[in-house]
Amino acid sequence: MPWTRDDMTARAARELKDGFYVNLGIGIPTLVANHIPPGMEVTLQSENGMLGMGPYPFEGEEDPDLVNAGKMTISELDSSSYFNSAESFAMIRGGHIDLSVLGAMQVAANGDLANWMVPGKMVKGMGGAMDLVAGVKRVIVVMEHCEKSGRSKLVRECTLPLTGKGVVDLLITDLGVFEINRGRGAVRLVELAPGVTLEEVRARTEAAFVTDLV
Amino acid sequence: MATKIQSDAASALSGLLFDGMTVMAGGFGLCGIPENLILAIRESGVKDLTVVSNNCGVDGFGLGLLLENGQIRKMISSYVGENELFERLYIEGRLEVEFTPQGTLAERIRAGGAGIPAFYTRTGVGTVVAEGKETREFDGETYLMERALKADISIVKAWKGDAEGNLIYRKTARNFNPMMATAGRVCVAEVEHLVPTGTLDKDMIHTPGVYVHRILQGPAYEKRIERLTTRPRSEKASA
Repeated sequence: MPWTRDDMTARAARELKDGFYVNLGIGIPTLVANHIPPGMEVTLQSENGMLGMGPYPFEGEEDPDLVNAGKMTISELDSSSYFNSAESFAMIRGGHIDLSVLGAMQVAANGDLANWMVPGKMVKGMGGAMDLVAGVKRVIVVMEHCEKSGRSKLVRECTLPLTGKGVVDLLITDLGVFEINRGRGAVRLVELAPGVTLEEVRARTEAAFVTDLV
Repeated sequence: MATKIQSDAASALSGLLFDGMTVMAGGFGLCGIPENLILAIRESGVKDLTVVSNNCGVDGFGLGLLLENGQIRKMISSYVGENELFERLYIEGRLEVEFTPQGTLAERIRAGGAGIPAFYTRTGVGTVVAEGKETREFDGETYLMERALKADISIVKAWKGDAEGNLIYRKTARNFNPMMATAGRVCVAEVEHLVPTGTLDKDMIHTPGVYVHRILQGPAYEKRIERLTTRPRSEKASA
């Protein structure tokens, strides 16, 4: 059984360490917050201007002035702070955030990441993703291994407009976990989702990779 | 000194608007947007606008209203994912868009207001954002030169303000508003509460009054929520 989205984000949560400052991208990466191990202190940064993001508010306590980067209503913690967008990205660009978890349309063997537009079809904009991959110490991508058409999203070379060059450290898909190491050395498959075979991963992956798994 | 206080949004914008101008509008999504000033710009009918704003509202609210009314020629933004009309106009080539990474956008505006003509950043190196831009190596890393942004007018929204133009924002509604207040040739601020001078905590002012030329208290704020997410009251643990 390949991993579900929840399994993938739970796996991503295992990369968290006590005391980390973490930025979670919109969409699937947001779910990583549900898997922070009890007793571990992780501070979530929201690039629209908040450190110490709390859970969704109780019904009736939602505040239009308090949203995350996905524009979802959230709550504050005793430890929270607010700041403007320039300050927020100073903290991101300046290397003060330990970890970023992002979604992707394509990840290439050389560590390139594409996640903001499909020319002529879909355009959402890069938001803060280009700044995050340029400044955060470690970048983890969580994505489905293949497109709906079955085409591999772990590619030899990105065909979509890039978000960053040589920026991905670790890739978690529904099939397994790959060390990308920003394109330094070969892509290495280090974990398989339960029940997924190496042959299946080989058949469904465009990029070359090495592995010690059998 | 003439008073900065204006009776309403239309009079606050009087004499400032012209076709082809550049407008900076604060807010992140629909959070912290100058609702009343956007409505007044729509009513004015001014067109061919270049609008600098992180997003472009949604269909039917915020800057989406100016888009629907055909008043915007170009957007300088980082993310427009919540606006179908925007996506369609852009793909059809009827709207010019300068996509700018969010942090670069914030810093370009900050630089514009701070008298810094350009700066270098790693953000966007090796992407389409770098096309046509100067690069330079510092300590073995490649950086991209980004130019400052200024505007003919900036419209911002704060929580509280006074006659001097001192502003305090609330929670994540602060976002781009403070930088934009500094980067408009004229800054018009709307506030939820215009309070007597002397009642704001002077240590807690986010935007000092020097940046704000005109100020008004909005008659009402819809403060529409873009994505309502809550947890049930029975739940004790965090969601």
